[in-house]
Amino acid sequence: MRLLTHNMLSCNIKGVTNGFPLKLEADKWVTKEVDLNADFLRGVFPKIEWSALVAAARVLGFAELPEQADASMLSSNDFLRRFHHALLELHVEEGALVCPETGRKFPINKGIPNMLLHEDEV
Amino acid sequence: MPRPELQAPPEIFYNDSEARKYTTSSRIIEIQARISERALELLNLPNDGVPKLLLDIGCGSGLSGETLSENGHHWIGYDISQSMLDIAVEREVEGDVLLGDMGQGLGLRPGVIDGAISISAVQWLCYADKSSHEPRMRLKAFFGSLYRCLSRGARAVLQLYAENMNQSEMIMTYAMRAGFSGGVVVDWPHSSKARKEYLVLTCGPASLQTALPKGKGEDGEMCSDEDDSDDDENQTVGVYERNRPRKKLKVNKKGKSKGKQWVLKKKEQMRRKGNDVPPDSKYTARKRKAYF
Repeated sequence: MRLLTHNMLSCNIKGVTNGFPLKLEADKWVTKEVDLNADFLRGVFPKIEWSALVAAARVLGFAELPEQADASMLSSNDFLRRFHHALLELHVEEGALVCPETGRKFPINKGIPNMLLHEDEV
Repeated sequence: MPRPELQAPPEIFYNDSEARKYTTSSRIIEIQARISERALELLNLPNDGVPKLLLDIGCGSGLSGETLSENGHHWIGYDISQSMLDIAVEREVEGDVLLGDMGQGLGLRPGVIDGAISISAVQWLCYADKSSHEPRMRLKAFFGSLYRCLSRGARAVLQLYAENMNQSEMIMTYAMRAGFSGGVVVDWPHSSKARKEYLVLTCGPASLQTALPKGKGEDGEMCSDEDDSDDDENQTVGVYERNRPRKKLKVNKKGKSKGKQWVLKKKEQMRRKGNDVPPDSKYTARKRKAYF
């Protein structure tokens, strides 16, 4: 699972009002190189919750993202490269996603987060 | 062959061996690729070459996602079958796959997704596989969450095999209730095998931009592998609307209807079956007056 997906996911348990961001716990992660596409990054930037991305990237040992970001920084190639790396090249293989409100853990196995809810959570 | 939906819940039906079979069958691969191509076309994404973030609901082993990747898009796939997802990971699909149940809602932040496709999956929602399952609630949860996560004006194209009219009506009703506008596009309506139904939904109210595209092969045109050579002008819309056009009387090659002999023969057949058939008279199979 890439951080792009992590940034879009929120906890779906019934009654949870603030299920974002899911806290990332990672035991194993890998880096896979992907071609950088600046247009995609510019298009997706407004949809990204920046603080959540920074926090998640830190968990994966990538601390080169600035704390704050705004659209003007997208013209910098250096920034784009870091953004791209954090968003698309880091893959969480084993770990868990933790709901910020209930503390429910969604395990990640072989890169697949298990988002299935129990019957009493629907 | 009985419908898979009637055999077992999806997470059980698509077990390791079924998932393997599914992904190694060249026929299924080809059909899936063709349907996904068509779904992507119906999504009508802006043609600016910028990759989009799409959703693939019921992604299975990633056959449909492959089409999205080939077109340069990023995608997130949902499926309820662990075996299918294991194969997806084995095949190193480029999108991210999640183990999830669409009937429980998608669990995505609002407004972040640029479009969604779903190949042969949504009809599973119409079956209650557990005592806690209530198809209507599950459809409501699914369409509600889908509507929320799509950005405004984004489309969702859901190809599905409904078992009967009730099912497709129920699915459509819940899509409309969630706020979607749109309708059904039917490709190859005259072929029982090639016939495909696509629910084309747009986030937000109906407008000119949300006008439905045309279905393929409406004019009795034959389904062939060279779909691409189809002339767009010759296609007509296949849409279920409130006032559907009346069925046309079947006309034979000479431009006449089937005639009295044929009607009498059919009536006789029905009588032999024990059906209640009106008696033959001078009015039988006569044409109606042309009204104006």
